[in-house]
Amino acid sequence: MGFFLETLFGGLMAGMLYSLIALGFVLIYKASGVFNFAQGAMVLFAALAMSRFAEWIPQWLGFESLLLANLLAFIAAMAVMVVLAWAIERLCLSKLVNQEGITLLMATLGIAYFLDGFGQTLFGSDIYNINVGMPKDPAFILEGMFEGGVMISKEDLVAAAIAALLVVVLALFFQKTKTGRALRAVADDHQAAQSIGIPLNKIWVIVWSVAGFAALVAGIIWGSKLGVQFTLSLVALKALPVVILGGLTSVPGAIIGGLIIGVGEKLSEIYLGPMLGGGIEIWFAYVLALGFLLVRPQGLFGEKIIDRV
Amino acid sequence: MLYRENGQFKTSYAADQQIFPIFQERWAMALLLLVAFVVLPLVGSEYFFRAIVIPFLILSLAALGLNILVGYCGQISLGTGAFMAVGAYAAYNFMVRIDGMPLIVAMLLGGLSATVIGVLFGIPSLRIKGLYLAVATLAAQFFTDWAFLRIGWFTNNSSSGSVSMARLDVFGVPIESPVSKYLFVLTVVCVFALMAKNLVRSAIGRQWMAIRDMDVAASVIGIRPMYAKLSAFAVSSFIVGVAGVLWAFIHLGAWEPAAFSIDRSFQLLFMVIIGGLGSISGAFLGAAFIVLLPLALDQIPHLLGIPLSTAAITHLVHMIFGALIVFFLIVEPHGLAKLWSVGKQKLRLWPFPH
Repeated sequence: MGFFLETLFGGLMAGMLYSLIALGFVLIYKASGVFNFAQGAMVLFAALAMSRFAEWIPQWLGFESLLLANLLAFIAAMAVMVVLAWAIERLCLSKLVNQEGITLLMATLGIAYFLDGFGQTLFGSDIYNINVGMPKDPAFILEGMFEGGVMISKEDLVAAAIAALLVVVLALFFQKTKTGRALRAVADDHQAAQSIGIPLNKIWVIVWSVAGFAALVAGIIWGSKLGVQFTLSLVALKALPVVILGGLTSVPGAIIGGLIIGVGEKLSEIYLGPMLGGGIEIWFAYVLALGFLLVRPQGLFGEKIIDRV
Repeated sequence: MLYRENGQFKTSYAADQQIFPIFQERWAMALLLLVAFVVLPLVGSEYFFRAIVIPFLILSLAALGLNILVGYCGQISLGTGAFMAVGAYAAYNFMVRIDGMPLIVAMLLGGLSATVIGVLFGIPSLRIKGLYLAVATLAAQFFTDWAFLRIGWFTNNSSSGSVSMARLDVFGVPIESPVSKYLFVLTVVCVFALMAKNLVRSAIGRQWMAIRDMDVAASVIGIRPMYAKLSAFAVSSFIVGVAGVLWAFIHLGAWEPAAFSIDRSFQLLFMVIIGGLGSISGAFLGAAFIVLLPLALDQIPHLLGIPLSTAAITHLVHMIFGALIVFFLIVEPHGLAKLWSVGKQKLRLWPFPH
């Protein structure tokens, strides 16, 4: 039982991290109908910017404080992501308005390629680390109930807390601010939103910036866990079944989908893996999403897909 | 002035239904085939065959298969690499486990195995479409990646996980030298291209296109969506499976599942989009673009004498590649095949203004 709980918690934490990346997908899909394959590349780009700025800024300005370095690096990386969002909107998306979904999908794949190359040219292609002072030692809980207690990594706990906080902030931003309302209006109906004077281009820059922010947070957490390296951009592929499961248009769906995938993956690896020869983590999420699609194509919380002739 | 149909009257149904209705096009095609079958084998170098033409031809074939699914039937697939892998590993098993299995039969059986898997993973397309389907086909990709890596039976329990295929022959003629490999691949590609071209102009091809343009309307006029979609998956994965066999047996010789990873699927989708959705020649143009561009980009720093490390070049190639794809999508979303047909229209009038 203790081992089961440990696996369960591990899965929940991993799921939280998937959710962070899935959030970026959902935000952009909601606001512009673009299925953003470049989210993974954005995570890598943001993480590279963060880790390199944290190294460079103290050298340029000549101070030692880790906290200040991280803070400035975060601001600088965020600025880079905003510029990136603006560039993507101006150079790419605004020219592809009214194209079919598949064309936009390919365009984001092109952006992903570009960002992979650009990020590594600009910031270098070694493995870097991000040190934001995450606690590395494990904690034990429920020691009264089980022998030895249940081990939980504090790092995962902090990461999960940050992810939860991010979701709350995003939810507030979407529900309570004027910009958030404009974003939701654009998501509902582009033309109607435009006709009442919401500037589409500006909204798209904002949405890509917000997705960039989500990518930055995801990049920092993943980066401090695994190191900043090229494989980060592949983790994003894991976020696809998450959004499918949760529904492409739902922010809570991204979170719950992430948790389900995370837990399912870990539990299946432990309990089903030995029967099937191990390593089933790589496809389990996809097959789960595939099975789910057959039953409920719009996902758990997605809007119902209605065909009109 | 040279390229126009003036004076070419069609007097029979056969003449009306030709693939190349204009005699200039027929001559151009014949010339192209002559160059491909006779001239190139005489003048091409080993590097030219091994690194450029053979990969180009095989990937064109795979792109052709994918184009039937994506371009003609409108079902997005990100699992092309998986179907290639199924073809390759199935053919390998037929070759290894059955004595005296001829290469061509094994190739076709590999294609049939890919068909079965393709139809299986095509079943979700009856319920879901568009980008959702794309994610569903990713399941095929990751599942086969895993299966060929972890299940020893598929690789004949090879300890390293990589399998190899040597000493191939067709009707007693060994396929060893680059030229013989090239001719074999070229023949297969030509046969399949002709078959695909005829399929898409037949009743079934029109059904696919009707489903692509609007599936609800198509089913109202009596096209069975299940039959049309699954047949597109079947034909597409058959061709892709055969391309996988060629890629593994002829181009690579020894391979492991990584040869058919998700990057391959993306690459093929790029070819189809850049070449032109719903066009046979588009598959070839797209494959040429995607195969040749990185080779050319690799050479440019050498030619200009700029000393760059290999890693830097790889990153630069990535950047230019990504940027070019976006550029292409913006300038001509319908691909190179569209540019080609626009060019032909212009050529009909040239050099006169009207």
